[in-house]
Amino acid sequence: MTTKSQALLNWVDERFPLTSTWKAHLSEYYAPKNFNFWYFFGSLALLVLVLQIITGIFLVMHYKPDASLNAAGVPVAFASVEYIMREVPGGWLIRYLHSTGASAFFIVVYLHMFRGLIYGSYRKPRELIWIFGTLIFLALMAEAFMGYLLPWGQMSYWGAQVIVNLFSAIPIIGPDLSLVIRGDFVIGDATLNRFFSFHVIAVPLVLIGLVLAHIVALHEVGSNNPDGVEIKKKKDATGKPLDGIPFHPYYTVKDIVGVVVFLFFFSVVVFFMPEGGGYFLEYNNFIPANPMVTPPHIAPVWYFTPFYSILRAVTYPLFGLDAKFWGVVAMGASVVIIAFLPWLDRSPVKSIRYKGPVFKIALVIFVICFFILGYLGVLAPTPGRTLVSQICSVLYFAFFLLMPWYSKLDKVKPVPERVTFK
Amino acid sequence: MKMSLINLIKRAAAVLMFAPAVAMAAGAALHLDKAPVSTDPAALQHGAKLFVNYCLNCHGASYVRYNQLQNIGLSEQAIKDNLLFTGEKTGDLMKIAMLPAEGKQWFGAAPPDLSVIARSRASGDGSGADWLYTYLRQFYRDPQRPTGWNNVIFANVGMPHAFWELQGEQRANITENADGTKTIALELVKPGKLSVEEYDKAVADLVSFLVWMGEPVAEKRKTIGTFVLIFLAGLFVLSYALKKNYWKDIH
Repeated sequence: MTTKSQALLNWVDERFPLTSTWKAHLSEYYAPKNFNFWYFFGSLALLVLVLQIITGIFLVMHYKPDASLNAAGVPVAFASVEYIMREVPGGWLIRYLHSTGASAFFIVVYLHMFRGLIYGSYRKPRELIWIFGTLIFLALMAEAFMGYLLPWGQMSYWGAQVIVNLFSAIPIIGPDLSLVIRGDFVIGDATLNRFFSFHVIAVPLVLIGLVLAHIVALHEVGSNNPDGVEIKKKKDATGKPLDGIPFHPYYTVKDIVGVVVFLFFFSVVVFFMPEGGGYFLEYNNFIPANPMVTPPHIAPVWYFTPFYSILRAVTYPLFGLDAKFWGVVAMGASVVIIAFLPWLDRSPVKSIRYKGPVFKIALVIFVICFFILGYLGVLAPTPGRTLVSQICSVLYFAFFLLMPWYSKLDKVKPVPERVTFK
Repeated sequence: MKMSLINLIKRAAAVLMFAPAVAMAAGAALHLDKAPVSTDPAALQHGAKLFVNYCLNCHGASYVRYNQLQNIGLSEQAIKDNLLFTGEKTGDLMKIAMLPAEGKQWFGAAPPDLSVIARSRASGDGSGADWLYTYLRQFYRDPQRPTGWNNVIFANVGMPHAFWELQGEQRANITENADGTKTIALELVKPGKLSVEEYDKAVADLVSFLVWMGEPVAEKRKTIGTFVLIFLAGLFVLSYALKKNYWKDIH
C-alpha cells in the first residue's frame, strides 16, 4: 500500500472503525475449516436478498399499485406488470429475476435451516442466532405473501382473500383485525396499496435489520461446523483457533464457487422455465384479479404449502371455537415452534454425525412429513388427503415436542477433540 | 319497462349459461391435443392475420402494440396496409372498441383479453397452446345454445364459433359412459372453406401467434440464457481453480 492511501486509511480509521470492522468480520474472523456443502446456503441467502432488493428497486420504477381498471378493462396493476414485461427494456429479465428470486429465497433458506437442524447450530451459545433466524423466516413469509398480491392476478387476489380471512377466525378481535389488514371490507385498492407499502419499505427494513443481527450474533460466538465442536476451545500460542481459517480470503473464494453454481441453476429457471412449471408463476395468475369469479381451486405458492396443510388439517372445533381458528393457531405454532429448538434438544452432542439412531429416524420422518404436507398443500382437499395431512401434522409437532425425551435417551458417539478434515 | 324485463331474462340466461361451465371446470382432466407450436415467421404472420381478422373484434390484446409485430418479421408498412382497418396508428395498443361491460351483456361474460391467454390457459392437463389448439377445433352445432354453438372442452361457452366458415360445421355424437361421464365424438357434417388438414394448420398458426404474443421475448430470452449458462460454466472453472489455489495450504 502506498503511503498516501495508507495515510487516507489512517485518517478514516481514526474516525470510523473501518479496518477493525473488516478484520473482525472478514480477514480475522476465524471460521472452522471443515465447512461442507450445506454451508453455502447462508451466503446464498444473503445473495438472493441483495438480488431481490436490487431487482425490486427497478420494478417499483414502473409497477403501479392500482386496482382500478384501465380503458381496456384491465386492472392497472396487472397491466403495469405486463408493461414491464413488454415495453421496459430488460424489464422481463428484472421481473423474472425477482419472481424466480422469491422461490429461490425459500429454497436456500429451507436448506440453510436444515443445515442448522442436522448440525445442531441452534445449540448453546447460538440460541440468539437461531431466534433471529426464525424471525427472518417469519418476516420472509410476510414479505413473500404481500409481494404475491402485487401482480393482481387471480391467485394473488384469492390467495390474499383466503389468508386474510383466516385472521377473522381469531375470537373478539378477529373481524376488526382482518378489516385493518385489508383496509376495506373486501380485498381491494386499499389492500393493494398497503401491501405494496409493507412489501417495499416496512418488511425489507425489518429483514435487513434482522439479517444484520443474525450475522453480528454469529460473529460474536463463532460459527458451528459439521462436527459440532467448538474451535475456540483449541487455540494456538497467538490465540487463533487451531481449526479456524480467516473467512477472507478462504471462504470468500469458496463461496464464489457456490454463487456461480447457484447462479447456473437459477439462470436455467429464469431463462428457460420462468414459470417453474406453474409453481413459481402460477398459470391462474395470468388472469387479472376478478372479485366476481372464484377460481375452482385456490392454492398458495409452493413455499407456504407445508404450513397451509397444517392449517387445513385441523378440522375439529374445540372449546366452542371454530376449527378454522385452531387451524390458524396450529399454523402459527408450526413456525414459532422452530424458535424453541435450542431448549428442546437435550442431546449431549450437537451434530448428527455423533447422534444416535433415534434422532436420525425422527429427522427422516420429519423431513418426509414436511414434503408430504407441502405436496398436499397444492392439492384440493379430499377426506383421504386430510387424514394423511393430519397424521403428518401430528408427526411434525411430535418431532419438536418429544425431542426433550428422545434426544436425551438416544445413544451418542464420542465427539472428537478437533474437527475432522480431509 | 319492457326493456328491463328483456334485460332481466338475458341476465338470467347468462347465469344459466355459465353455471355449468363453472361446474365443469372443477371436474375431471381434459383430453387435449398436442399443439404443433411454431416459431417460424411465416406461421406467426399467418396467425397474426387470422388473429386480427377473426379475434380482434370481440377480444382485445391490450398489452401489445401493433408495431411489436415487427418482431415476427412484418414491416411497419405491411402492418399499416394489412392489419390496421379503423385508423389506428402502428404505435397503438391492440385494443377493441367494445367495452367489457357491453361484452358481458352480449355474451354473458366479457370476452377475455388475449394478450396472455396462452400462458393463463396452461394447467396440469397440458400447455396453454394445447388447450387453445383443442378448443378452437372442437366447436359443434348445438341448437339449444343462444349462439347455436357449443364446445367439447369448454361446455356451454359464450363464444360462437368464429371460424365456422373455415372449418365447417361439426355435429356431436354424445354417448353416456357406464360411470356417468359423457364422451363426445365430433363429425364434420358440412365442410368449410378449408380441408381438415388446412384448418388444423390455420389453428396451429393462430395458436403459435397467441403463444408468441403471450411472451414476445421468449425466443430472445432462451438465446440470452444459452450465453449466460456458457459464461457461468466458464466462470465456474476459473472460480474453482481460484478456490483450489487458495486452499492448497489448508490441511
